[in-house]
Amino acid sequence: MSRNPERPLSPHLTIWKWGPHMLVSILHRITGAGLAVVGGALFVWWLVAAAGGAEAYATFAGWATWKWSLIVWIGLTWAFFQHTLSGLRHFVMDTGAGFELHTNKFWALMTLVWAVLLTAAVWAYILVWRLAA
Amino acid sequence: MSTQAPAIPAAAPAHDAAHHWGLERMLSVGTLLLFVWFFVSLWRLPGLDLQTVSEWLKHPLAAGPMLLLIVTAFLHLKHGLVVVVEDYVHTVGGRFAWVFVINALSLAGGTLALLAVLKLAVAASA
Repeated sequence: MSRNPERPLSPHLTIWKWGPHMLVSILHRITGAGLAVVGGALFVWWLVAAAGGAEAYATFAGWATWKWSLIVWIGLTWAFFQHTLSGLRHFVMDTGAGFELHTNKFWALMTLVWAVLLTAAVWAYILVWRLAA
Repeated sequence: MSTQAPAIPAAAPAHDAAHHWGLERMLSVGTLLLFVWFFVSLWRLPGLDLQTVSEWLKHPLAAGPMLLLIVTAFLHLKHGLVVVVEDYVHTVGGRFAWVFVINALSLAGGTLALLAVLKLAVAASA
């Protein structure tokens, strides 16, 4: 049976394939949960440590500047950009716009690309220019 | 065989859903704007050592938005986590437990963060 590729494929239990829009949809939830749990915990730790005084803050700063913590900071930065960009995309879709197949996939893809580019730009600036200076 | 539809569990009135939907979006916008302010502010600080951070939070124009950020961000993350749990946890008991944990931890986290900022802000006048 021939299928018109311009028409959306109805999802079925086993007949579906990944597309950028599906990936972005689930990433919005994964990054949101990650930001909520990891980001929320670190945010509270940072503030409580600052209110707690020099010793408490030194403990936080010690962890925060540990070389392997960089993975967490870069991960949170990417999660923030991915969640924010797909959140903005959801705002547009809330108005009823952007549901056409091509448009929908294009902007889903753009959130993925720009989240990575912005994360790379932020950390290149911090690591190469700010900390090296 | 009974053809009777299963009883609909007690739910919020229909108009609550639209209100909830709107509230979630307001919180999203508020959280985003306040996080932009937060990151720009941190970026502009000469460092992130305790001295610099506590000096910064002593200023009402830093402590004020910071308190707002904590309120919107923790409500936003609580709403979001509950939405995820409601979609993936299908047992009544499981849902109740998860929603309880999410509410308890986000309330505790938000309160701790608020108290920490207030302590730093009030230290200014002491």
